[in-house]
Amino acid sequence: MVEEVIVVENLQAAYGENVILSDVSFQVKRGEIFAIVGGSGCGKSTLLKYLIGLMRPHVGRIIVEGVDMATADDETINAHRKRFGVLFQSGGLIGSMTLAENIALPLKEVKKIPPFFLAQLIRAKLSMVNLAGYENHYPAELSGGMRKRAGLARAMALDPAILFFDEPTAGLDPVTAREIYDLISTINKGMETTMVIVTHDLELIFRLAHEVILLHSEEKGIIAYGTPKQLAEFEADRRVMNFFQRKSP
Amino acid sequence: MTKGYRMEQKADRILMAGELLLPDVPSFLEEIEGILKQKNSTSLEINLTDLKKVDSAGALALTHIEEESRKRSLVVAWKGMNDDVRKVLNLIDRQALNLPPLHEIEKRVSFFEATGDLCVKIAHDFYTILTFVGELLVSIPYCLLHPRSLRWGDILVNMRRTGADALPIVGLLSLLIGLIMAFMSSLQLRQLGANIYVASLVGIAIVKELGPMMTAIIVAGRSGSSFAAEIGTMIVNEEVDALTTMGFHPIRFLAIPKIIATSIVVPLLTLYAMMFGILGGLIVGIIGLDITLTTYLKESFRGVELWDVITSLLKAFTFAILIAGIGCHRGFQVVGGAEAVGEATTSAVVTSIFLIIAADAAYAVLLHYLG
Repeated sequence: MVEEVIVVENLQAAYGENVILSDVSFQVKRGEIFAIVGGSGCGKSTLLKYLIGLMRPHVGRIIVEGVDMATADDETINAHRKRFGVLFQSGGLIGSMTLAENIALPLKEVKKIPPFFLAQLIRAKLSMVNLAGYENHYPAELSGGMRKRAGLARAMALDPAILFFDEPTAGLDPVTAREIYDLISTINKGMETTMVIVTHDLELIFRLAHEVILLHSEEKGIIAYGTPKQLAEFEADRRVMNFFQRKSP
Repeated sequence: MTKGYRMEQKADRILMAGELLLPDVPSFLEEIEGILKQKNSTSLEINLTDLKKVDSAGALALTHIEEESRKRSLVVAWKGMNDDVRKVLNLIDRQALNLPPLHEIEKRVSFFEATGDLCVKIAHDFYTILTFVGELLVSIPYCLLHPRSLRWGDILVNMRRTGADALPIVGLLSLLIGLIMAFMSSLQLRQLGANIYVASLVGIAIVKELGPMMTAIIVAGRSGSSFAAEIGTMIVNEEVDALTTMGFHPIRFLAIPKIIATSIVVPLLTLYAMMFGILGGLIVGIIGLDITLTTYLKESFRGVELWDVITSLLKAFTFAILIAGIGCHRGFQVVGGAEAVGEATTSAVVTSIFLIIAADAAYAVLLHYLG
C-alpha cells in the first residue's frame, strides 16, 4: 500500500484577513517528487510555509508524517521539523559560518559523533552536491548555484524523510540547473526521500515530478492536479494549457 | 536507547542486521574499532544480508570499516548487500573523502603579523576615508550649485528620522544628566556652603561640553548606525549598482541628503539638549537646594556667554558631519552579506564616537588659543 506522508485537506492560507489560498487539498506519497507550480503570486511559497510549519493553518488540516500541523504544540512541531530538510530560494546558509560549520549545525543534534567522522560526514555531504573541498569556504565566496547546492547539502545533513525545495533552479544557468535536477533525482532514488518542490521550471517538472498541482491566483487554489503528462495533455482549461504547453522538453 | 542495528562476530565474519542510522553510528564506530583492534587474521567478511536500511551516515560508517581495515592490512569482503543499502553506499564518493580542502582555515597569526595587518588596515581605512572626503568635497559644491539635483524630500525624511524622532531620547537623557550632575556636585558644594554654584557648574558643563557631546553620541548610535545599515543593505541587494547604472551618483543620491539633514538637525538637537540639561539641574536646585527659579537661571547663565553657545553649535555641526559622513562611508564599504552589514554598523558607531571625542579635544585646544 502506498503511504501518504503529507495530507492537506481543505486548507485556507491567509496573511491576516488576506486569503491567499482556499480549499486546497492534496496528498504526497512516500518517495515521490511532488511539484507545486503556478505563476507569480499564486501562493506557492505561502503553501510551502504552511507545509514546513512556519505558518499554522486556522482553516483546514495539514498532516505531515502523522503530525497535525494545526493542533500540534510548538515543541512537537520543532522535534518533527528534524525530519524535514528545506532548501530555501537563496540557499539560506549562515553567512558568518563556513560550509562545514553550516552543515555541522544540524548534525550537532546527534551526540557523541567523533570529530573525524563528523568531518568525513560533512565531506560526504559536500561531495554529494559536487562541492567536495569547499568546507572552509564562506557562502559569500561561492556563486549562486554553489550556494544552492551547499544549502542542499545542509538540508540533507540529517538524511531527512522529506525534502522541501523553494524554487531550486530559479536564477541558475541551464548547466547548473541540470546539475540540480541530477542531484534531486540521485537523492530521491538513492535515499527514497520524499520531495516537495515549489517551482515554475517546466523542465524540472517534466524531468522529475511524479505528481503536480497547479495553483492559480484568481481561483486562490488548485486548478489542475495530476502527473506532468496528464497536465501537459489537459485541454479543458486554457490556463493549464498556457502553463504546461509553453514548452515540452 | 535501543540500537537500531545488531552486530555479531563469528571468527572472521561480522553479521549485521537491522538499520544502521546516524544516531547509532557513534556506538557502531566504537564497536567496530574494538573488533578490528582484536583481529589477527588477514581477511574479514562482513555479511549484510539482514541489514535492511542505512542512511548516508551509516553508509559512511561502512566505508570507514574498509578504510580502517586497509590500514591494518585486512581484506574486507562484503556479502549479501541488498539494493537499498547499495544505492545509499553509491552516493558516497570515496575518492572525494580523502581530498584536501581547497583552502585551509586561517590559522592564528603571530602578534607581529597581527600588528602589521592592523597597521595596513588603519592606513587603508585612512585612505578610503580621505577618498570619501574628497568625493564629498566635490559633491557638496555641485549640489549647492545645482540645488535641483538634491533630493529635498529625502532630506526632510532624514531630518525627521534623525531629529524629530530623537527628541524624546535626547530630552530624557539630557534631563537625567543635568539632574545627576546637579545632585552629585551639590553633595560636595553643600559642605562649603556653596550650593549656588551648582547652577553655574551645570550650566557651563552642559552648554560647553556635555550638550553637544551627548547629543552627538546619541545621534551616532541612532542615526549613524542606521545610515551604515541602510546603505550597506542597499549594496548587498545591488541597489547601489542599479542607481549607478541609471546614471545616478551614489554619494550625491544617498550620502548628501543624509549629511545635509544631519548637519541641520544636530545643532538644533544640541540646543534642545542644553535646555533639558539645565532643566535637570533646575529640578535639583529648586527641590533639593532651595534655590529659587530666577536665582538658578541667573546663576546658570552667569558663567555662560553667547560665544560659548555659538562655539557649541559649531561643534555640533562638525560632529553632525562626522557622524553622517562616517555612517555613509561605512555603508559604502560593505562587501559580502549580512555579517558585513553588521560590521559596518558597529564600525560606524565606534569610529563616529572616537572622532567626536577627538574633534572635541581639538576644539578645546583651538578655543583655548582663540581665547
